[in-house]
Amino acid sequence: MIALFLRDLRQATRAGGGFGLGVAFFLIVVVLVPFGVGPESEILATIAPGILWVGALLSCLLSLDRLLALDYEDGSLDLLATAPIPLEAVVVIKALAHWVVTSVPLVIVAPMLGVLLNLPGGAYGWVVITLLVGTPALSIIGAFGAALTVGLKRGGLLLSLLVLPLYVPTLIFGAEAARRGADGLDGTTPLLMLAGITLASLALLPFAAAWVIRINLR
Amino acid sequence: MQFQVSDLCCTRAGVPVLENVSFSLSSGQVIALRGPNGIGKTTLLRTLAGLQPAQAGTSNLAIDQIAYGAHADGLKATLTVVENLQFWAAIYGTTDISTALSTFDLENLTARQAQNLSAGQKRRLGLARLLVTGRPVWILDEPTVSLDAASVALFANAVRTHCDNGGCALIASHIDLGLKAEVLDLTPYRARPRTQATDLSGFDDDQDGAFL
Repeated sequence: MIALFLRDLRQATRAGGGFGLGVAFFLIVVVLVPFGVGPESEILATIAPGILWVGALLSCLLSLDRLLALDYEDGSLDLLATAPIPLEAVVVIKALAHWVVTSVPLVIVAPMLGVLLNLPGGAYGWVVITLLVGTPALSIIGAFGAALTVGLKRGGLLLSLLVLPLYVPTLIFGAEAARRGADGLDGTTPLLMLAGITLASLALLPFAAAWVIRINLR
Repeated sequence: MQFQVSDLCCTRAGVPVLENVSFSLSSGQVIALRGPNGIGKTTLLRTLAGLQPAQAGTSNLAIDQIAYGAHADGLKATLTVVENLQFWAAIYGTTDISTALSTFDLENLTARQAQNLSAGQKRRLGLARLLVTGRPVWILDEPTVSLDAASVALFANAVRTHCDNGGCALIASHIDLGLKAEVLDLTPYRARPRTQATDLSGFDDDQDGAFL
C-alpha cells in the first residue's frame, strides 16, 4: 500500500503529472477576485474566507478526473483489482495521494493568498484549520465520483456534476467556520460538523467506491 | 494442484457469449485458448480472474492464485522500468525483480522511462510483471501482441520455466508459441442466441390478451 502511495506521488511530481495544477488554479482564482470585485478592502475582507474555500474546492475538482481514469486507461486498475490488496484500500490510498498532491499545497499557500484578499488577522488560523480538516473529505468524495465515472470516456463533466452537490455540505461548514473566525466569533460548532463530514466520508465512501469500481470493470 | 472449471457461462454486457465451458488445468500444464474474434476469450479470462461474475457454473481457481495479464500492460509512462516492476513486486509482497528483468532481457533498459520504450519492450515489461507476482496460475490475454520472434521465444521459455516449477498457464493466443500446450477451442461453447421470434410472439399474445 505504501508502494501504491509512493507510486502516485512519484508520478504526480514527474513531468505532466499534474503536481502544482491545483495550486496554480487556486492562485489564479484568488488573484483575479480582487480585480473582479473591486479594491474596497471591507468587501474583500468579508468574502475572503468564502473565496478561499470556493477556490480550494474548485482546484480540487480540477484534478479529480485523473484520480482513477489514468489507471483505468493503462490497465493498472484491472491488475490492482486482481492484486492481493483490497480495492477499498486502493481507493483510500489514491484519495490520500490526491489529497497530498492537491490539497496540502493549498493549505500551505492559503494564508499567503489571504493577504491578497485582505483576510482579517484572526481568520488565518481558522482558514488553515478548516481547509486541513475539510479537504480530505473533498478528496475521498471525489474518489467516489471518479469511481462512478471510471469507465466513461471524457467523464469529467459528469464527474463534476455528480460531485458538486456532495461537496456542498463540506463547503458550507468549512466556509462558515472560517467566516466566524474572521468575525471574531467561535467557530467550533461548524468545525466539528466539518470534521464529522470528513470522518463519515472516510468511513463509508471507500466501500461504496470499491463496489462501484468492481461493477464498472465488468 | 488441479483446477476444475465446470459448466461456466459468461456474459459480456449482459449478453451470454459462452455456455457450459468445462476444462481442467493441472500443475505444469499449458492450455492454449483458441477461437475466432469475438467468441469470448477475453470474457472467459476476465471471468476466471474474478473481474466479472460468472452467470452460472463453477471454477475452483482461487483469485489469490492467479496472475492476470490483460491487453494493457498497466505500466506508468513516467516511471522507469525498474520502478514499474518494483511497484508490482511490492504490491504482491515479493522483492526479487532481477530474475524478471533477465528473463525478458530488460537489463539494459532498467533506467529508461516506460514512455520511451518501444511497443515490444513495453509488452516484455508487462510480461515480466507476471514473474514478480509469484503466483502459480498465469491467465494471459494475447501475450504475444507486438513481440518479435526472439521475444516470443523469451516468453515461451518463461512459460516453460514457470510450468517446470509447478505453475500452469491459460493463454489466449493466435500464434503457435512452440509450447507443449493443450488446445481448448471455444467455438463449440458459443452461446446460442435466443430465438427472438418465439420470445416476441409470446409477448405479443400476452399483450393482445391484456387488451382484448
